[in-house]
Amino acid sequence: MATPGLSPELLTAATLTAPVRLANYLVALPVVVPLLFASGLLMMRGRLRWQPAVAIAGMTVLLVINLLLLRRVASEGPQVMMMGAWKPPFGIAFTADRLGVLFACAAAVVALACTIHAAATVSLQERRYGFFPFLFVMIGGVSGAFLTGDLFNLYVWFEVLLIGSFGLIVLGSEHRQLDGATKYCFLNLIATTFFLVATGLVYGLFGTLNMADIAMKARSMEPNGEVVTIATLMLVAFGMKAAAFPLNNWLPASYHTPRFVVSALFAGLLTKVGVYALIRVLLMLFPAERGGLSMVVAGVAAATMIVGALGALAQSDLRRFLNYLVIAGIGTILAGLALPLPLSSEPTAGPLQAGLSGAIFYAVHSMVVMTALYLAASLMTRRADSASLHEIGGLWRSSPLLAAVTLVLLIAVSGLPPFSGFWPKLMLVQAMIGGGMGWLAAVILLSGFLQTIACARLFALAFWRPAPAVDRGTDEPGAMAAAGVRAAAVSIARVMAEGRSEPSMLPLLVLALLAVAIGLWPQGLASLTGAAAGGILDPAGYHLSVFGGAS
Amino acid sequence: MEAALAFVVGMLFAVAIYLLLSEHIIRMLLGLVLLGNGVNLLIFAAGRASAVAPPIIPVDADVPSAVTANPLPQALILTAIVISFSFFAFLLVLAYRVYQDLGTDDTDRMRLAEPEDDDLPPLGY
Amino acid sequence: MRSVILRATAPYLTALMVLFSIFVLLRGHNEPGGGFIGGLIAASAFAIYGIACGVASVRQAMHFHPLAIAGAGLMLAVLSGCLSIPLERPFLTGLWAFPAVLGGDVGLSTPMFFDIGVYLVVVGSISAIALALEEEDS
Repeated sequence: MATPGLSPELLTAATLTAPVRLANYLVALPVVVPLLFASGLLMMRGRLRWQPAVAIAGMTVLLVINLLLLRRVASEGPQVMMMGAWKPPFGIAFTADRLGVLFACAAAVVALACTIHAAATVSLQERRYGFFPFLFVMIGGVSGAFLTGDLFNLYVWFEVLLIGSFGLIVLGSEHRQLDGATKYCFLNLIATTFFLVATGLVYGLFGTLNMADIAMKARSMEPNGEVVTIATLMLVAFGMKAAAFPLNNWLPASYHTPRFVVSALFAGLLTKVGVYALIRVLLMLFPAERGGLSMVVAGVAAATMIVGALGALAQSDLRRFLNYLVIAGIGTILAGLALPLPLSSEPTAGPLQAGLSGAIFYAVHSMVVMTALYLAASLMTRRADSASLHEIGGLWRSSPLLAAVTLVLLIAVSGLPPFSGFWPKLMLVQAMIGGGMGWLAAVILLSGFLQTIACARLFALAFWRPAPAVDRGTDEPGAMAAAGVRAAAVSIARVMAEGRSEPSMLPLLVLALLAVAIGLWPQGLASLTGAAAGGILDPAGYHLSVFGGAS
Repeated sequence: MEAALAFVVGMLFAVAIYLLLSEHIIRMLLGLVLLGNGVNLLIFAAGRASAVAPPIIPVDADVPSAVTANPLPQALILTAIVISFSFFAFLLVLAYRVYQDLGTDDTDRMRLAEPEDDDLPPLGY
Repeated sequence: MRSVILRATAPYLTALMVLFSIFVLLRGHNEPGGGFIGGLIAASAFAIYGIACGVASVRQAMHFHPLAIAGAGLMLAVLSGCLSIPLERPFLTGLWAFPAVLGGDVGLSTPMFFDIGVYLVVVGSISAIALALEEEDS
């Protein structure tokens, strides 16, 4: 089994010959498994009732693989697989380092929770349209983006996840949705095109697309305007994907229009992919240029936090409120990328490393908690039959468990102890003060304060107060009873006909427990994010894993 | 050669951005297509354009017999073309649906997701 | 479209175009051609058939739903990469076999199966989009 027409010497010069065991395949499997499930589910159009079970099994497999990969990477350092056996830097490298695998694991947890929720809420019609295949395509793209070690390949995975997300966001084709989808699709496509422009310029300048290669070449290069241009373009492109001010307006225009579970997935995963790419490109590939842009990033972070918090205060729709909380979270993460370059010769210590560690921690927390909040909003809307804060009320009495879980999540997202949002904010504030950016620390605290007010008001209105008397045109008890019977009959008929049922609290509970666990025992995750930040700021280990010390 | 290509890329970007600033979806769509083509040319120029043989290895040889053009930008462009084509097809369907269902392709008049008369949340209870 | 000439020629044209698309697909390994362009030709063949004879008859002629075809293609492409797993090679490594069939060597390779997968993905997804557009016209 050899390639025809090539002499063995040429073959060994161009390709890797070492055997690849199944354990090494862990790097590629997080992409292979979702794509296999996506294709299988696409072919299962005649077995729509089986699709949720298959999808949950697929997501479980993906989570197990990601956890195994995380264990391996945490103990042995970055893992590499060269696609097609071509030697670096010519082949496409899949490189799993701590940062990428940590994000991939969080993404798998979020995806599994959303799949369980979707199993109960996605109708047969929507399954026929292809909800689950699109879901797996998107997750495959997200995993690929987190694990690839090649800049152009990162662009390809961005497009793969965009295709999946486009399919999900128009699912249902309501008028509101088409409006939101138009804005979402255009602006995201423009952002990835900007990224492609920057990638083309990187290739023109460095002659390579392998990230490990670029990182080393950029460090040995004299500072020049071309690299600053590339870094700025990347900042614009990924800032747009991450919904950073002033490129954030597509997010509140679209994230509240699709199905709840789709909103939850998007809020948990897509903006964080943008953040991941910012960390990877700005801090690992072009650290010196990022240092020059430090004040720009700081200003963007501060504005994003304030806009997000103020926007959340002004919204009466549940999901539009959450949209702004996502934006405020992105601002908080960006603050950790804004610190100036360390003066000492040791790059992996000091405020920048601490800030980056806090940012990664906050991103993981935000993935879990924001997804959980959108799922909670789904349940709240179902139980109160409305998504407007004018009409929801009294949920504390009717669903105490949901109220307790939502309270935990709201406290976590506001950054109050003892839940998962507190520790990363503490790390960030400490790093800001240590790095001479005390004003940014003040903005983080101010934004946290405003978010606390917004969240407290949400809880007071939706759960605490008695249900407001909303005029729904059914005043007489008889009419109300008839309406209730009719609604029950309709819902039973819907369950029978569409395969839908009341979503269980299980995914929400698990995510909330995760938020509590991270808040109570933060050391494990903090040491992992610290090591991940160190691996980004000093990519020697990353480079060594790709090139094996050869170049 | 690269200077001429750079000029063309610049013109394409200018036209694309002008179209993208329009409020009509169909013009924005055309702008996106032009932007994609501009980027493809940019990648081509980044791989250094010159008048050399195409990168094809003869049947009876292991390596190309002469200096050949850089094949990598072509592979990248091919990928980018495939992706931008599929997105163009998707957006075309979406724009058509929007025009049918909402009766407009003017983004200023598409305020369904963010209604202008949306009021503040209750300030007390 | 109510054109007798188009309605009469469309089946032949479609058959020819699908045949040509398979030729382009298989030629693509060493010469210009390949799965993507072949898939586009096949998809445009189905689009023409749809314009002439209606979307329902295209769906009937394709037998499988276009998206199911795309799914089969995606699975074929991924599995052709996974063939490297039992042989202990990295994902997507090109593997070759030359079984003798009817006295001649037939070159089978994973890149070829990958390309056939791409062809099916393109045929499925592009004709799904084209048929959706045509359906809304009528």
